[in-house]
Amino acid sequence: MVGKSLKKWWPVFVLPTLAAFIIGFLWPFIWGIYLSFCKFTTVKDVVWVGLSNYKKIFIGGDFSHAFWLTVVFAFVSSILINVLAFAIALALTKGYKGTNVFRTVFFMPNLIGGIVLGYIWQTLLNGLLSMWGQPLLKLSATNGFIGMIVLLLWQQIGYMMIIYVAGLNNVSPDLIEAAQIDGATARQILFKIKIPMIMPSVTICTFLTLTNGFKMFDQNLSLTGGDPGKQSQLLALNIYDTFYGRSGPAWKGIGQAKAVVFFVLVVVIALIQLRATSSKEVQA
Amino acid sequence: MADKKKSIIPTIILSIISIIWIYPIVMILFNSLKVESAITTSGVFQLPTAETWNGIHNFITSVTQMDFLKSFWYSLVISVMSVILILLCCSMCAWYIVRVNGLLSKVLYYLCVFSMVVPFQMVMFTLAKTADTLCLNNPYTICIVYLGFGAGLAVFMFTGFVKGSPLEIEEAAMIDGCSPLQVYFKILIPILKPTIISTAILELMWVWNDYLLPTLVLDIKNYKTIPMAIQYFRGSYGHVQMGPMMACIMIDIIPIVIVYLVCQKYIIEGVVAGAVKG
Amino acid sequence: MKMRKIAAMGLSAVMATSMVPVLPVMADDAAGKVYYLNFKPEQDEAWQNLAAKYTEETGVPVTVVTAASGQYETTLQSEMAKSDAPTLFQVNGPVGLKNWKDYCYDLSGSDIYSQLTSDAYTVKDGDAVDGIAYVIESYGLIVNKTLLEKAGYTVDDIKSFDDLKKVADDIQARKDELGVKGAFTSAGMDGSSDWRFKTHLANLPIYYEYQADGIDDTDAIKGTYLDNYKNVFDLYITDSTCDGAELSAKTADDSRNEFINGDAVFYQNGSWEYGELSKTYSDDELAMIPIYFGVDDENEGLATGTENFWCVNKEASEEDIQATLDFMNWCVTSEDGTKAMSEDMGFTIPFKTAQESTNVFVKQDAEYTAAGLTPVSWNFTTMPSEEWKNGLGTALTLYAAGSGSWDDVVSAFVDNWATEKALSE
Repeated sequence: MVGKSLKKWWPVFVLPTLAAFIIGFLWPFIWGIYLSFCKFTTVKDVVWVGLSNYKKIFIGGDFSHAFWLTVVFAFVSSILINVLAFAIALALTKGYKGTNVFRTVFFMPNLIGGIVLGYIWQTLLNGLLSMWGQPLLKLSATNGFIGMIVLLLWQQIGYMMIIYVAGLNNVSPDLIEAAQIDGATARQILFKIKIPMIMPSVTICTFLTLTNGFKMFDQNLSLTGGDPGKQSQLLALNIYDTFYGRSGPAWKGIGQAKAVVFFVLVVVIALIQLRATSSKEVQA
Repeated sequence: MADKKKSIIPTIILSIISIIWIYPIVMILFNSLKVESAITTSGVFQLPTAETWNGIHNFITSVTQMDFLKSFWYSLVISVMSVILILLCCSMCAWYIVRVNGLLSKVLYYLCVFSMVVPFQMVMFTLAKTADTLCLNNPYTICIVYLGFGAGLAVFMFTGFVKGSPLEIEEAAMIDGCSPLQVYFKILIPILKPTIISTAILELMWVWNDYLLPTLVLDIKNYKTIPMAIQYFRGSYGHVQMGPMMACIMIDIIPIVIVYLVCQKYIIEGVVAGAVKG
Repeated sequence: MKMRKIAAMGLSAVMATSMVPVLPVMADDAAGKVYYLNFKPEQDEAWQNLAAKYTEETGVPVTVVTAASGQYETTLQSEMAKSDAPTLFQVNGPVGLKNWKDYCYDLSGSDIYSQLTSDAYTVKDGDAVDGIAYVIESYGLIVNKTLLEKAGYTVDDIKSFDDLKKVADDIQARKDELGVKGAFTSAGMDGSSDWRFKTHLANLPIYYEYQADGIDDTDAIKGTYLDNYKNVFDLYITDSTCDGAELSAKTADDSRNEFINGDAVFYQNGSWEYGELSKTYSDDELAMIPIYFGVDDENEGLATGTENFWCVNKEASEEDIQATLDFMNWCVTSEDGTKAMSEDMGFTIPFKTAQESTNVFVKQDAEYTAAGLTPVSWNFTTMPSEEWKNGLGTALTLYAAGSGSWDDVVSAFVDNWATEKALSE
């Protein structure tokens, strides 16, 4: 009944979103895939070159370097964020004094944008490194990498913590009480009851941290800018740099091809994740 | 009694972590009050002294010299307009998708889910070009680009909640002679209110902090947003105006912190809701 | 019911049209318009004012946009793809021109070209004049005269590398007594500062080699004067405000602040620093001396040249190109334009109608030239690539920290040159 009368109203309810969606996503996306097979500097001089852009992706090795760096970065940051966020969430669900204040403080960095975050941490970390007589962020790939991890930890632990807190609060107290009566230790309760019960939260957080790690751009740009050389360049920045940083007609097509590869990578990860989530849901 | 004793040590530990957590922001605040020459690479940890105290000078410089208020205004306009448009259009669209069974609904829903995983780099060039051709390159029309690119998440979240809302009330209203628009405004919006707030916050955080999209899409001859303006404190030949830059960072953070402290409850609920559905 | 439906359709129509933004009327102004993408953030304000003045005088709209530091190339790329592309942009020399020559309007018949004082201030593609330099800059050793005099010397005591070393070593030995931290400001190897050594200082061995061989570019550098390069760099890092290992943690701002705070006597940098330094020091307290290299010290002047060339976008409409050419010409010939460029921007411009600069370093450069010294030309525009510079920078950093040898620097200089030149072909 509602559906029937609503159906005729599609110009009101669907058209605005659909139109914007086509302008803002669908058309650029299809066009982008087409352009990855072309050589161009502006849209006026597009020449079809077939797969040649894809063959040239690995020229200079900066793409494969960025690729592996991104993979390592995404996994390391994801593991660290989740472990630490979970630990803090556990502490915050114990009912200690000041829990609300702590929660407020831990979450706050999440609201600050990536560019600003980068500048804040550049100042702070360079200060520390300089005090210790270490090479600054932009001079040492290792320091730059650690810097990005620290920055991302600071930014995202709060967010994931909130999700874990919500998950932990949903674990029924009766269950824990029953386990305690049965003589389970705190460790057993944690590993046998709490963690299995919050598996949905774990999957969500892993998914979010992984995709955030893979897509990270702003923080990378403002913290290290990819320096030294291109040693701290993650994939998103590498694509941007290929696209806009290098002039000459060949690079735009190669950049677009890199973007397509990057897109496929993210989709594959999302699909694996989706499958993992749905199989978990079946069990529950 | 035993419980209280036990909880003192964790509280202390958590307090220490909290202090470390807010230290970066406090450090920026202190440095924004210092004179330029005192902000050296290794000197950032020193508190401002009488000698290096610069009062609010840096703030004045950053506001006047960089046309910062203008950037602030553009950021505000873009964020508010985009979020309102996203909320209105996407909740309507989500209602349609859930209640109407048809090819259009299905296709739209899956496209929205799909668009959520696509990285921005994939469309950056073509989107900038499309927006340029259609004149979506000023703060007043760029919200359409944001609606398009941000529709995925919003539609996805709204459909999740509409599915859970009772169909009977809507039916009853229709029988009473309400048009779909009336049903939408009088019944659906009140039911969706918590979701609307959550979505609003998630989208607001995204648009306010977004850097690459406005950089590429906006007509930089006339408009800059805050994340873009902050970059202009770096000169050629390696000179960075550290003082005004720190001040600028503070001006960017302060409204966020205020909004956060006021709407904390909603923001945290929004994150949880977004995570559960997303 | 019907009314309601019509009203709703009307509403949807309004919403739909709001999605299709109004295309602005393309005002086909016969006078054309100018869109200048400026490279130097420091001069942004001055350019904005100058543009406003021009518009006021002629009615031709001039838009000046400044790219954020380090993002000129990316901004130029993204702006060039737009429908309203820059009409005036810049390249940094022959290497930069390679990427943009298809977009460059041939300036050989333009008024501004005829105003140039020397044909050396152009970049060419064959016979076509693709770029025209609009600013000439100098670099050398900036001296704090007050501190130097306190140490018992004057600028005239330093006429060669040996003099410089003697004075610097003496100041370094007596640094506590003189109240300084070192003779030279820290030679920071951070990205904001390392170009002073991997590019500007590295220009000298290239310059002297080109001079000796009578060439202006090469595919294989020999590195004849790298020992002199080592001597100067050694001086910088030993008679310094900090330990060599700390240099990788020092930025351009650190170095400048050391000079401003009176912690060091010598500071290698260029005429562009005048604006910042003059806030603290009077003109009498500052001087710039050549970076004596121990090759031809008697005749060596300041290193003077340019890496800022104006190019006009060939793709722009005819009216816009004409408007841009008029604007450029006005900037370098009119009273207001030349005054703004010399006073507000602190530039020395290579045009016949240039006004005398108030910049004390620029004045000194003119004095040195008048006294018969030969300015060192900027040959780093022929350096093979950014990659080459970065390799040299890394080698220098490791050498300064004591963890790398000078041989690595030589290898980064000579071997990489050949490799990178071959790659760029």
